[in-house]
Amino acid sequence: MQVWKFGDNIDTDAIIPGRFLTINDPKELARHAFEGIRDEFAGKAGQGDIIVGGRNFGCGSSREHAPLALTGAGITMVIAESFARIFYRNSINVGLLPVICPQASRIGENDQVIPHLEEGYLEVSGKKLPTEPVPEFLYRIIQAGGLVGFAKTIRSEDLCTR
Amino acid sequence: MAGTITEKIFRARCGREVTAGEVVMAPVSGAMIHDITGPLAIEKFYEMGGEKVFDPSKIIMLFDHQVPADSLNAAENQKKMRSFAREQGIHNYDIREGVCHQVTLEKGRVCPGDIIIGSDSHTCMYGAVGAFATGVGSTDMGFALRYGCLYFRVPESIRADVTGRFEKRVGAKDLILRIIKDITVDGATYKAVEFTGDTIGSLNMAGRMTCCNMAIEMGGKAGIVPPDQVTREYLAGRCACPDRDLVSDKDAEYSSWRSYDVGDLVPQVAVPHNVDQVVDVDQVAGTPVDQVFIGSCTNGRFEDLQEAAEVLGNRSFADDIRVLVIPASKAEYLKALRSGIIEQFVEAGALVEAPCCGPCMGGSFGLIASGEVSFSTSNRNFRGRQGSAEGKVYLGSAATAAATAIYGRITDPREVR
Ligand code: SF4
Repeated sequence: MQVWKFGDNIDTDAIIPGRFLTINDPKELARHAFEGIRDEFAGKAGQGDIIVGGRNFGCGSSREHAPLALTGAGITMVIAESFARIFYRNSINVGLLPVICPQASRIGENDQVIPHLEEGYLEVSGKKLPTEPVPEFLYRIIQAGGLVGFAKTIRSEDLCTR
Repeated sequence: MAGTITEKIFRARCGREVTAGEVVMAPVSGAMIHDITGPLAIEKFYEMGGEKVFDPSKIIMLFDHQVPADSLNAAENQKKMRSFAREQGIHNYDIREGVCHQVTLEKGRVCPGDIIIGSDSHTCMYGAVGAFATGVGSTDMGFALRYGCLYFRVPESIRADVTGRFEKRVGAKDLILRIIKDITVDGATYKAVEFTGDTIGSLNMAGRMTCCNMAIEMGGKAGIVPPDQVTREYLAGRCACPDRDLVSDKDAEYSSWRSYDVGDLVPQVAVPHNVDQVVDVDQVAGTPVDQVFIGSCTNGRFEDLQEAAEVLGNRSFADDIRVLVIPASKAEYLKALRSGIIEQFVEAGALVEAPCCGPCMGGSFGLIASGEVSFSTSNRNFRGRQGSAEGKVYLGSAATAAATAIYGRITDPREVR
């Protein structure tokens, strides 16, 4: 497991530039993740790696290609001080876990990160960093592995009545 | 219970008392998909076991980001979408009409009080007619296409109260950049930004669209302008909308309330690489540019083109830069064509392209190379947004863009006489 650290306001154009949006396959997208911003990412990121960002991670476009490019690269979790709304939602929907950790800046690239999300903290090379709880409804989507999985188990009372 | 316009919309659509902060499943009044995010949405729709969309009459499709198809991949994606539209009976405007958000409003697809989603972040633009509209990803869209509803967290609202009169050559784009500078790129995350006050009331629909369009650049979930006579006039002849109570209550709760006076506002420019890095034009005046782009869903309407043409007058654009003018839609293009300003732009040295997103997203033509500088009327100046990650994008109004294009360096439009 390796931590890939980024700063504040990492936008979706940085995660996957507009010229690659005709690609829909996560593995293919992953080959261009952070292209021009951090070129070594695409070749070196591996299964189970973690991204750590600052504030407002994933701002910008609604392109789901952004979280997909990360899952395609093997990333399972993005930790940030805060997330842009659409990216946060898209991540949950595609099964990439977004974790809000106000002290994310204390995580370094050489740290080992073990999540204890139900208990509300990350274990980072011995330190305990608190995480923010996920709303109940979203938690059900996470547990279903994403919105597609959730849709398959959907109960009629989960849908709107009007 | 007192509510903001946004809370009232959710209450009416959900049929119960909901308040900001709650996660609700709400019916969507309409949905828009385009060539970039549509193919994935369709894939997700099928993955969820979808067969028939919830209501084809409430969905529109159009292609604007990579048109006409500029690569084999784009062509295949569009082909896939066309056949989905045919099978499902969805109205597909294809490549004929222009930029998705402009077209969705123009075609009367949005009524005040609606909940509309689009698989594009600038869907928040439809708040200009008093709807709650927000951008979603493809999986959310696939879900909504199938079930006709989607989960939302009812947002708190920030109220931006605007008074005062704009100086000549200063307008809605300068105002919204000023507001973004104040609220910052994530200051409105999860929130709706409600624009009120005399200045907003006196803005035409084009200006209101510009403001709501950029709500997302503060992290906003939606932008919204309470509907009034200007709204009704815009909607007349486009759609028959139900009468709905769409005024925020006097004692509604806001997460913050901000006041702006545009009386002494000067042209604003967002400098690389974040949209809240906004300065008065004089601080960057003289910066050489390589390309000027006048267009996009933010500022590609007739009113923008007209303002640019007024600044241009009978001058020519600088001959060592590229000037791209792209009307936001066919309707706006025709207005500009008939008024003679397209000819004026062409004569002056611009390349006028058919309605589409153009270089706005850097996914098609008109890219900038490393070390190059673009001055653009669009909404994002992120690193790499219009091509090379080593390039730079400045954002401003159509007036400032025109002035900049005349001299080849960033110029205050008030100084072009
Ligand atoms: S014009 Fe730009 S911002 Fe608007 S929809 Fe097209 S790419 Fe997006």
